[in-house]
Amino acid sequence: MSLALETRDLTKTFDVGKRLLRPPKAQVHAVHPTSLRVENGETLGIVGESGCGKSTLARMLVGLLPPSSGTIEIEGLSGGSSPADFGRVIQYVFQDPVSSLNPRKTIRQILEAPLIHLHGMGRSERAARIDEIFDSVSLRGEFLNRYPHEFSGGQAQRIGIARALAANARILVLDEPVSALDVSVQAQVLNLLADLKDELGLTYLFISHDLAVVEAVSDRVAVLYFGAVVEEGRAENIFASPRHPYTRLLAESAPVVGRPIGGQAQGELPDPMNPPPGCAFASRCPRATDICRTDRPELRPIEGDQRAACHHPLDP
Amino acid sequence: MGGYILKRLVSAVPVLLGITVIVFAIMSLIPGDPATAILGSYATPENVEKLNRDLGLDKPLVQQYFIWIGNMLQGDFGRSFALNRPVLDEVLDRFSATLVLAGAAFVLCAVLGIIAGVISAARQYGWADRAITVAVILGISIPSFFLGMMMILLFAVRLKWLPVSGMYAIYGGGDLPDLLRHLAMPAIALSLVATGVVARLSRAAMLEVLRQDFIRTARAKGVGERRVIWGHALRAAMVSIIPVLGIQAGFVLSGAVYIEIVFQWPGVGRMLVDAILKRDLLLVQGGVVFVAACYVFFNIVVDVAQSLLDPRIRT
Amino acid sequence: MSTFLKLLARNRLAVFGAAVLGAIILLVVITPLLPLPDPNATATADRFKRPFSDGFILGTDHLGRDLFSRLLWGTQLSLAVGLAAALIAGTIGAAIGIVAGYFGGRIDNVIMRAIDMLMAFPYILLALAIVAALGPGLLNALYAVAAVNIPFFARNVRGVTVSIAHKEFVDAARLSGMGHLRIITTEILPNVLPVVVIAMSTTIGWMILETAGLSFLGLGSQPPQADLGSMLGEARAAMITAPHTSIVPGVMILLIVMSVNLLGDGVRDALDPRLRSGALSRPMAATLVRRDETPPEKTDTKAVLSLENLETRFEVGARIYRAVGGVSLAIQPGECVGLIGESGSGKSVTALSVMGLVASPPGVVTGGAVRLNGQDLIGAPYARLRALRGDRVAYIFQDPLSTLHPLYRVGDQLTEAIRVHHRISRDAAHERAVKLLEDVHIPNARARARSYPHELSGGMRQRVAIAMALANEPEVIIADEPTTALDVTVQAQILKLLDNLRRDRGVSILFITHDFGVVGQLCDRVAVMYAGRIVEEGTTAEVLDAPAHPYTKRLIACVPELGAGRRELHAIPGLPPAVDQLPHGCAFAPRCHKATGLCATSDIPLDGRKRKVRCILPEEDVA
Ligand SMILES: Nc1ncnc2c1ncn2[C@@H]1O[C@H](COP(=O)(O)OP(=O)(O)O)[C@@H](O)[C@H]1O
Ligand code: SF4
Ligand code: SF4
Ligand SMILES: [Mg+2]
Repeated sequence: MSLALETRDLTKTFDVGKRLLRPPKAQVHAVHPTSLRVENGETLGIVGESGCGKSTLARMLVGLLPPSSGTIEIEGLSGGSSPADFGRVIQYVFQDPVSSLNPRKTIRQILEAPLIHLHGMGRSERAARIDEIFDSVSLRGEFLNRYPHEFSGGQAQRIGIARALAANARILVLDEPVSALDVSVQAQVLNLLADLKDELGLTYLFISHDLAVVEAVSDRVAVLYFGAVVEEGRAENIFASPRHPYTRLLAESAPVVGRPIGGQAQGELPDPMNPPPGCAFASRCPRATDICRTDRPELRPIEGDQRAACHHPLDP
Repeated sequence: MGGYILKRLVSAVPVLLGITVIVFAIMSLIPGDPATAILGSYATPENVEKLNRDLGLDKPLVQQYFIWIGNMLQGDFGRSFALNRPVLDEVLDRFSATLVLAGAAFVLCAVLGIIAGVISAARQYGWADRAITVAVILGISIPSFFLGMMMILLFAVRLKWLPVSGMYAIYGGGDLPDLLRHLAMPAIALSLVATGVVARLSRAAMLEVLRQDFIRTARAKGVGERRVIWGHALRAAMVSIIPVLGIQAGFVLSGAVYIEIVFQWPGVGRMLVDAILKRDLLLVQGGVVFVAACYVFFNIVVDVAQSLLDPRIRT
Repeated sequence: MSTFLKLLARNRLAVFGAAVLGAIILLVVITPLLPLPDPNATATADRFKRPFSDGFILGTDHLGRDLFSRLLWGTQLSLAVGLAAALIAGTIGAAIGIVAGYFGGRIDNVIMRAIDMLMAFPYILLALAIVAALGPGLLNALYAVAAVNIPFFARNVRGVTVSIAHKEFVDAARLSGMGHLRIITTEILPNVLPVVVIAMSTTIGWMILETAGLSFLGLGSQPPQADLGSMLGEARAAMITAPHTSIVPGVMILLIVMSVNLLGDGVRDALDPRLRSGALSRPMAATLVRRDETPPEKTDTKAVLSLENLETRFEVGARIYRAVGGVSLAIQPGECVGLIGESGSGKSVTALSVMGLVASPPGVVTGGAVRLNGQDLIGAPYARLRALRGDRVAYIFQDPLSTLHPLYRVGDQLTEAIRVHHRISRDAAHERAVKLLEDVHIPNARARARSYPHELSGGMRQRVAIAMALANEPEVIIADEPTTALDVTVQAQILKLLDNLRRDRGVSILFITHDFGVVGQLCDRVAVMYAGRIVEEGTTAEVLDAPAHPYTKRLIACVPELGAGRRELHAIPGLPPAVDQLPHGCAFAPRCHKATGLCATSDIPLDGRKRKVRCILPEEDVA
């Protein structure tokens, strides 16, 4: 297998309370040094709770947000490229299907944009390509001349996927693509994504807060907590035998029929303006010891290709 | 809280400087030579040159600006040539009269406008709402100077209830009742437009707030409707009403110029218009800077009021 | 465009304004063609003629000039100047606002500081200063008025641009390879334009007034040229002796500004999409009730709360949305009943109907009964409803950030909840409030009572909301998706808390959710809703293990469950029907693989005694 995407020590820091002349009041480390590798044709799931840096990471990968440090390499392309350069190799599918479509453009105009600006296609060529794409996301051609507000969430998300396909990129970043949809529609979209992947040989980065969805679609999964990858492994292992205490907490908290309510009674995320010096999970972790409160654990291999950032990883 | 006030005060300094720069820049756009204007028919070349030197107008602009600022900081706003009087003395005298007029109008517009807006929203589409809506449309469409003239015709000339103009009666006046009699018409004429604006924005703010989830929560708790409207909803609506009040204070101050002329009120607005027509530029310059500075401080008061109301901005 | 005109035409005030303004404009346009005397020709002998005397329609002014002629020419000038000022200010202001809002950062910072500086002047001071510098004159007055209004437009447009520039479709355009200029012109501008038009249409009247004002002061149009303001200004000296010379131009200004304002408001309302749907109407204190039939007899005597054939609809214009179409559900003391369904299936409306909290207009309860301990609440007087709200039946809503009042301390909100139902002192109520916060495991409860909602995390806020619901020890708590907005680990905490509380206090719960996992862990019984009706009901174990309705069965199959590994999901084709055009018979028929001709012909009843299903070909035998 060949490498589709690799990040090395990618970080993002946001300034809080910007001032005109003096330095900002504080900094928030949205993404701590993160190194990810995604193979061609693979689906990497990224899970984590709200505010843990999923979208920031995703936006850096497609060039919408410049990284504070570290490098991204996508099919040979690397840092310093513009969104348009990125656009030909990697595309983004947004969480909110409706707000990701310009309300004042027809669907055809929306889908034509990448064809014109990324590939410089002529009129007839474009029409043929759009029909082809529209067909592959199972939408009827008559929709092309309508405006976004005429579509339901599920249809709008198909249009969002169609736009990403129109750029002809081989890698798609899917940022919570089904979170805004109802379960019955969610399954339709997830199945469509699976079909497209098989047909077109795509590579996915699938971001979600829903463990069950991620488990159902991914080959590998990375768990994010407080801006850092705390565990990474094969989808079938990671929730079944988590090695990091946070992954276990996540898995136990997910409501599953026939299991008593799990999880912990107390504890929430630390304050991002005042991050703790050691492990960010220490205040909630039942296994925490002194070293956890002073030294930040590094992501290291535990067993096979499962890696965890923990001083006292769990036994399988 | 003290920290917030201090911060706002400090942030006013660049604004004040900016104001002086803008005023100075506009004034230096003036075509021709102020000395010629001042001297009028006495403008012989020697006189002009001498006056220019006296006024410091032969120096480079930047230097002129700093001299002007430096003098102002020491309380020297220059001398009005038309009145032959220090600018600051004249402005202070006149501004106190404007403050009485504009202050009364502002209180009227704030109180009446908010009450009308809340009632209008609470009774949306009822007769009270319709009546207020029509009154508001009329109120914001009538030129205050025309309204003032019509009020004089009706209440002073025809009905003889109130004095025609001025701030005090010439004979035997000077007490508070006398002031109030003279103040009634101009204050009402001045407040009308602002009252209309405040009323319609309060109505809109209330309608917006009344649809919010926390209003439903209050009702679900069993809070009575009067308290929901005048407590929960109005308090939240005030967050968007207070900035409007700040802007309206500026409009009231502005409208005062017309009203002072119609009612012969001895305020700063009338002074400015006279000064412009007489090209008494130092008086214009000083008056504008002074009033604008007062308005900046008023807006700080508004911001502080806002932060007292809304804990989310107190950081 | 045509919907815009239709909406505008429906607004009677706007039509009136348009008619008046149209008449004035028509008059002004044909003015040069009318056989009018020269507006500037003086005739001192004819001074101050009254209207309708000696062939002067509106009389003459202090120089004997024909007022009617001056009025028409003056109106023309005033309108033109006002319009020009609005266009100049709008265009420049919008351009500045778009640039600042789109690029953000330092550019935005610098531009907006400058704008703030200009707004720090009461506007007339700036206008006076500009006129003082340029000298009196109509064109200079126009520049002054336009310049003074630029900051207003810039600020407005910047605000809108910022919100649009952060929309995801702008990011998408960037990824489609568009440059800044193209994004501004094709993505931002079309969305900002309505705002600019609204701002212009609502300020033209104001600009006409301002230019008239400057002329009134003698700083605008110079004699002998007439505009409305200068006519009024010149007439002021003779106001008492010849009032008609003032009234004529004054009334004209009033008419113009009023008609422009009415039309402008109409344009704004027609362009603002929120006003379009009529969503800006305020909800009343209790939902409207329009019930033709007397409520049916009581069927369940033990139940604390029973809904019987409840119908609630939304009437928006000519459309009727049957959000709740005959729901019956009983909750026994101490029981937790789950109500599950996809969004739009009517769960929330059902819940809110219980205590008359559905927003009205447009909501109306049109049938059925809601009995609390046997007594019907639908149509009960407001005072009784209010006394029961929060006291016997309490609510917990979805998003605790928007459902708590942002400007009151959480302790005060709790105290209020207690004091509206109990005559106790503020201090005593506060003690109770602190105790309640401790009961829901808020650490440091006494200090936390002084916090505002925005200072708490989502989980803490929802704990506060739960404490508030418990404040008066209600018999029933209605929880509408209380954990949907929370992260899974926090959701588990809140669910555990609710589960413990209900066991300790024996309170009944109606728990609304779209998550089968949550229902399975928390609820004794569950009812499944589809298109405004309950399609299946039974104990949680029965319904989840052996769903009888095809919809329930297929919905459960859609949901990925943790631990099942990578797999294909079984999607349900199609979408739920819109509740303003429900199909005949079974609402699920268009999506149901078992549907037969019979399903779409007659209404299908909810059959069964304890275990109920609304289907003629159920998947399981429920008899
Ligand atoms: N204010 C309203 N005006 C018009 N229709 C509404 C309004 N509120 C809800 N509805 C409609 O009522 C139906 C049921 O909504 P709701 O009870 O909120 O569903 P759920 O809670 O199951 O997601 C939906 O079709 C929705 O569009
Ligand atoms: S490093 Fe320590 S505190 Fe962090 S997860 Fe591992 S055991 Fe827990
Ligand atoms: S009634 Fe008919 S259409 Fe409806 S769910 Fe049953 S089988 Fe399907
Ligand atoms: Mg709902």
